[in-house]
Amino acid sequence: MFSRAALRAPRALPLRTRAPAAFALAARSVTTDAASASLSQSVPKSDDEPFQVTLSDESFETYELDPPPYTIEVTKKELKQMYYEMVAIRQMEMAADRLYKEKKIRGFCHLSTGQEAVAVGIEHAITKEDDIITAYRCHGFAMMRGGSVRSIIGELLGRREGISYGKGGSMHMFAKNFYGGNGIVGAQVPVGAGLAFAHKYSGRKNASVILYGDGASNQGQVFEAFNMAKLWNLPALFGCENNKYGMGTSAARSSALTDYYKRGQYIPGLKVNGMDVLAVKAAVKYGKEWTAADKGPMVLEYVTYRYGGHSMSDPGTTYRTREEIQRMRSTNDAIAGLKQKILDWEVSTEEELKSIDKAARSHVAEEVAAAEAMSIPDAKAEILFEDIYVPGSEPQYIRGRTVDENHYFSK
Amino acid sequence: MSRFLRPAARLAASTRAATSIKANAPSFSQAIARPVYFGGSSQSRSYAEGAGVKEYTVRDALNEALAEELEANPKVFILGEEVAQYNGAYKVTKGLLDRFGEKRVIDTPITEMGFAGLATGAALSGLHPVCEFMTFNFAMQAIDHVVNSAAKTLYMSGGIQPCNITFRGPNGFAAGVAAQHSQDYSAWYGSIPGLKVVSPWSAEDAKGLLKAAIRDPNPVVVLENELMYGQSFPMSEAAQKDDFVLPFGKAKVERAGKDLTIVTMSRCVGQSLVAAENLKKNYGVEAEVINLRSIKPLDLESIVQSIKKTHRLLVVESGYPAFGVGAEILALSMEYAFDYLDGPAQRVTGAEVPTPYAQKLEEMSFPNEQLIENFAAKMLRL
Repeated sequence: MFSRAALRAPRALPLRTRAPAAFALAARSVTTDAASASLSQSVPKSDDEPFQVTLSDESFETYELDPPPYTIEVTKKELKQMYYEMVAIRQMEMAADRLYKEKKIRGFCHLSTGQEAVAVGIEHAITKEDDIITAYRCHGFAMMRGGSVRSIIGELLGRREGISYGKGGSMHMFAKNFYGGNGIVGAQVPVGAGLAFAHKYSGRKNASVILYGDGASNQGQVFEAFNMAKLWNLPALFGCENNKYGMGTSAARSSALTDYYKRGQYIPGLKVNGMDVLAVKAAVKYGKEWTAADKGPMVLEYVTYRYGGHSMSDPGTTYRTREEIQRMRSTNDAIAGLKQKILDWEVSTEEELKSIDKAARSHVAEEVAAAEAMSIPDAKAEILFEDIYVPGSEPQYIRGRTVDENHYFSK
Repeated sequence: MSRFLRPAARLAASTRAATSIKANAPSFSQAIARPVYFGGSSQSRSYAEGAGVKEYTVRDALNEALAEELEANPKVFILGEEVAQYNGAYKVTKGLLDRFGEKRVIDTPITEMGFAGLATGAALSGLHPVCEFMTFNFAMQAIDHVVNSAAKTLYMSGGIQPCNITFRGPNGFAAGVAAQHSQDYSAWYGSIPGLKVVSPWSAEDAKGLLKAAIRDPNPVVVLENELMYGQSFPMSEAAQKDDFVLPFGKAKVERAGKDLTIVTMSRCVGQSLVAAENLKKNYGVEAEVINLRSIKPLDLESIVQSIKKTHRLLVVESGYPAFGVGAEILALSMEYAFDYLDGPAQRVTGAEVPTPYAQKLEEMSFPNEQLIENFAAKMLRL
């Protein structure tokens, strides 16, 4: 327990010299095996009847925190839903990859292929009243928060019916209680602490899930946010999506301490197998209970892996080996892992899973076609200059490139 | 300077662009004549006088504005360094902790980037934070959140994610605090789409603009001045009420005149008024002094109308000269008032130097009454 551990060791001491006994058990690192959960009884017949599965005892590592329960309740329906969502995210990202290569998507495009279990696992642990804020690798989260595939792809294509009306692009997607999509590395972390602050201020029992990469975890403002969140006991679930590389710089080459879940120092930490959607759900559920019990913030670390490069312009092979990527894809893939469990536990048949695959693929294909058919925003001043200010509170005019192009708001 | 300006001006006048500007002029003034938001209408245009007028320091006016808005809306809270127990580094938030409690008046750690980001997040979530910077010099550490997190989010989200936040604190030159604590950021924030920026001079300005800022659904930057906090101004009865707000984008003619337009803001308004009185006394000319109040949006109409009357423009501000507020207004005068000017528009600004500590050198770095008077006299060939 955090309080006991804190009593044992003075806080000013560097972590490494502290109470080694307390950490001896936690010294092993978490598995990234996506199919490590197990089942002790047979699954119920009904799709909606809950049953328990046991997570691998290598699913978590904790820092000044009792680990979450290693069992989690699921239903057949939920497992199939999770599977569908992960497949749909991957299909959507693959579609984005294709559209980018066809030069239909402009600018930056960061794909989350390989990291799907994080977005899906988190959403299954929280409610729509809880917040999520993340960085620029945001397509999967936008979808899990309720964004349709067509609105997300439409946004990538710069369409008028895109999720941000074609104004934001790949990195700036918003939905109810989803606050982006932020293109400035680390900036979403204090903003996310502010979302948590608003919950506390308003007396709501909700949590804010704040995501950042292993690269961003070294930003000064991350630690400023940690400090205030702990000081004010905010319901903030900070979470480092550790995909091993900040752009092309490996964690070990950027971070003096690569145990990102310990980076909160005075905040309890929880490292979780980010390739196992069930472990992610269990960890975030535990975090949400933690904040709901008014125990303040938690720093999570989702150990995951990105199959593609940092962005579309990065082949992703100069700073890591092809073997490494291949090994992760073939042995630790989140989708393949859950699929194996579903089959092992006889939650579903191979055929049914194939039909789910097919359904996800055809849904994404239809949505992409719909997105491609969307109109682009008309190149006119009314659209260019809308939403710089809240409608009704605009200045009388906004300046264009020349005085002739000034836009006057007519009311 | 005029040597360089004149040929360029003739060239501009002879192009087709110049004609189209003229053609555009009527629609411009029509647009500008529309009602403004938070329009306190008449009360904003008249100087406080008559019955019920009370003396207020700028500090008291700001304090009253904060107290009234905290009272009126439970979503409003103030956070910043030393705003609560210490009563504010400059005592602007004095007494607010006692009155509203620690939930609504919050001392932060000295981490500008962190708390500006946190305040922005709270605003995105629907609260109306007032984020105090002890001075705007320190807000440079947080400017990413002001610009990227607050100002741009509404547009980037296609209009679905507003951010009602007020950033406020002292800005610009102080006394004897040297280079890192004397910078004016009007031009920095004034250049950002999505922000509104105001810079009050008097007590009425301070109260009306701060209240309007807190109520405005957009991010607003309120640039106060430390040296003004202790100065007293008459406050009209209307301005003492809790519904007093000043509209953005509306300047105030502080002194009417026919010979020269002086456009200015913040503390330089007072200096320009003294200079204008001396110009009258020493040279018999009447300078019109326009207090901008609002940097973004800028009240171009009032400036152009004044130039039409006086045919001379002088901008007085204390920021660095390059790419500054003065530079912007001079450029606008070229675009919108060239035909009405009888001579090149000019500016008095801070000097292009990191503010020195030694007093005599510091004095050489910022506008003062004598300098404004002398330069105006030279401009008018008096």
